Amino acid sequence: MNKTKTLKFDTNWSYSPAPESIDYIELKDRYGLFIDGNFTSSKGGNYFDTINPANEEKLSEVSEANEKDVDKAVQAARQAYEKVWSKMKPSERGKYIFRIARIIQEQAREFAVIESLDGGKPIRESRDIDIPLAAAHFFYYAGWADKLDYAFPGRSTKSLGVAGQIIPWNFPLLMAAWKIAPALAAGNTVVLKPAETTPLTALKLAEVIREADVPPGVVNIITGGGETGKMLVKHPDVNKVAFTGSTEVGKFIMKTLAGSGKRYTLELGGKAANIIFEDAAINQAVEGIVDAIFFNQGHVCCAGSRLYVQESVAKEVISKLKDRMNTLVIGDPLDKNTDIGAINSRMQLEKICKYVDIGKKEGGSIYQPSCTLPEKGFWYVPTLFADVSQSHRIVQEEIFGPVLAIQTFRTVDEVISKANNTPYGLSGGVWTDKGSKLFKVTKEIRAGVIWANTFNKFDPGSPFGGYKESGIGREGGVEGLHSYVELV
Amino acid sequence: MSKRLGIRKTYKLYINGKFPRTESGRYYKWTDEKKTAIMNMCRGSRKDFRNAVVAARKAFEGWSSRTAYNRGQILYRIGEMLEGHRDQFIGELILQGLTKRAAEKEITQTIDRFIYYAGWADKYQQVFSRVNPVSMPYFNFTVPEATGVVAVCAPEESSLLGFVSVLVPVIAGGNTCVILASQSRPLCSISCAEILHSSDVPAGVVNILTGLRTELLEHFSSHMDVNSMIYCGENLQEIKMVEENAALNVKRAVIYKNEAWSKKTSQGPYYILETQEMKTTWHPVGV
Repeated sequence: MNKTKTLKFDTNWSYSPAPESIDYIELKDRYGLFIDGNFTSSKGGNYFDTINPANEEKLSEVSEANEKDVDKAVQAARQAYEKVWSKMKPSERGKYIFRIARIIQEQAREFAVIESLDGGKPIRESRDIDIPLAAAHFFYYAGWADKLDYAFPGRSTKSLGVAGQIIPWNFPLLMAAWKIAPALAAGNTVVLKPAETTPLTALKLAEVIREADVPPGVVNIITGGGETGKMLVKHPDVNKVAFTGSTEVGKFIMKTLAGSGKRYTLELGGKAANIIFEDAAINQAVEGIVDAIFFNQGHVCCAGSRLYVQESVAKEVISKLKDRMNTLVIGDPLDKNTDIGAINSRMQLEKICKYVDIGKKEGGSIYQPSCTLPEKGFWYVPTLFADVSQSHRIVQEEIFGPVLAIQTFRTVDEVISKANNTPYGLSGGVWTDKGSKLFKVTKEIRAGVIWANTFNKFDPGSPFGGYKESGIGREGGVEGLHSYVELV
Repeated sequence: MSKRLGIRKTYKLYINGKFPRTESGRYYKWTDEKKTAIMNMCRGSRKDFRNAVVAARKAFEGWSSRTAYNRGQILYRIGEMLEGHRDQFIGELILQGLTKRAAEKEITQTIDRFIYYAGWADKYQQVFSRVNPVSMPYFNFTVPEATGVVAVCAPEESSLLGFVSVLVPVIAGGNTCVILASQSRPLCSISCAEILHSSDVPAGVVNILTGLRTELLEHFSSHMDVNSMIYCGENLQEIKMVEENAALNVKRAVIYKNEAWSKKTSQGPYYILETQEMKTTWHPVGV
């Protein structure tokens, strides 16, 4: 058998380090809870560390909100809702939100560096994607504040009250923006809980909100772990719960809220199929596969973690993909050349390792490019699995890391049924240069966001959210507004 | 000559375009207030429900991919058929306790509701679809798609107009469903099956069960191949159970509490939207 040709990478040409400087970043040693316009210490007096996952060094410590703190935050939001925010002229409400967008833009570089420090994502991504998109979200929804009557034909809108919002650690500031911006535009006030491992940009956002002179209590940001989140969900004076995170926790929230009359939107897990047809532009598709699964270390709910390649091009695609993987730069998140940064936490790293072990045990063929990883911190090499089938756990379950499971297919109908053979339905990818095929497949994939000849693109005007067990409701666009109003 | 002996009707279930009796062989007695009629209604079972879900799932692909125009015509056809069966339904409504006048009003409104939604079948997509102005060279659009298989617990009080008001937006939007008829007023709900059956509604799109709400609600809300559950009623314990069970597979739980189905505000495209998913598609623009 002749050997497949591969590129040679044993060269002395390597990138010089190009780190983003951090000397102007000012982090406090300790952060309180942002309640009613002020940073206050937790009633319980407990703090927990937030570390840099790239070197395991402590960055700061933040308060752990207990039941009394949650109550205080919800009360502050309630007061602000009743007395100020719901009574304010919508156009004025909009202006505050515009201000937030502007200040984020002004401080974008600082936000980007903190995001990469706290979460481990490459600075290229936090600088070019997370932070600009967060600002864009506020800017987009700011404009809706005084135009709600145009959003839902035949109906007018009413705000819901206090929104309790819980966000994950994969896009910390961006998720805060996705939650806060539409809520405020629609006239609600919020209590937001950032993820335990990535609280810093949300706390910096609190400073921005204060700088924008947003009335106290309109936005409250409380830090803590799962327990704090639970208290927020259960608080009787919260009218709406918005959650982004795992399907498991999403189901728990649904159960908890059953019978309460509270509204909720959930953006949960995914296991997206990324489908490469033989008539696709193969080089672009390979680039798309990399974007789909290795973007943000694979810590993406909509990641294209199941790759389906048409049999006739499978060899070529996989070989090119392996070549491309060998060129990925893994390491210091603050280095502008870095493609793949640090895994967000030790816990997540362990989860990824566990799944890769399962993949091996179930008979998958593993491929990992050779590379040296930093000694300290949490890292994982981009990983492929071939020789897997629909029933393998690494094909069925969300890993939330840079691990791709590859299968091949022959016909369009076959791949559609394989793509839909999952309890999830968040996103999907299709690569073909044939328009009619593209529309057939994008229509038949049961998922909320479909990327055709592209992957992992986001925009404030573009609704995002899942079918089936990937969630309920949409964020972004007019749909995102719908999640924060009652139609009357 | 003696008076002719009337023909009584055996009310049965409607599953997969057929009229089977319940597999359980059980029944519950139904009588009108004056005790002039006594019926043995099918006491539908969990197994009947599961069979109905299988039928609904099988029918989903075909029904959701019909053209909107075609779905609209079928809904209109149902209206036509119902118009021709006014007297049958008036009779059943009276048996269920309405005055003649109220019964006439209800069947008229019910027919009109089919016609109303027949018109929406190819328009709600235009009202709720959007092309989104994203800040990148991409064409980006959002369209509503059917959620899938919907389990419906129909209103207990309004068993014709209420039943239809809940049912039509579901199928107008391309979903398929299993619907539990009012336990205390089941006649005209299950008779609707005869109308649907003769209106080109494909088998499995609508499946109708009769039976005990307390017995079936748990199964309706906990089935893992049901995408959405619509509950009509005010019983807080039932609502809680439905919402809890919905968590098992992240069902969309839709609760219609204290709806006045005879009001004009109880119809509209937002009822269709309750069982729709928004799908957003991206494609690069360039050469």
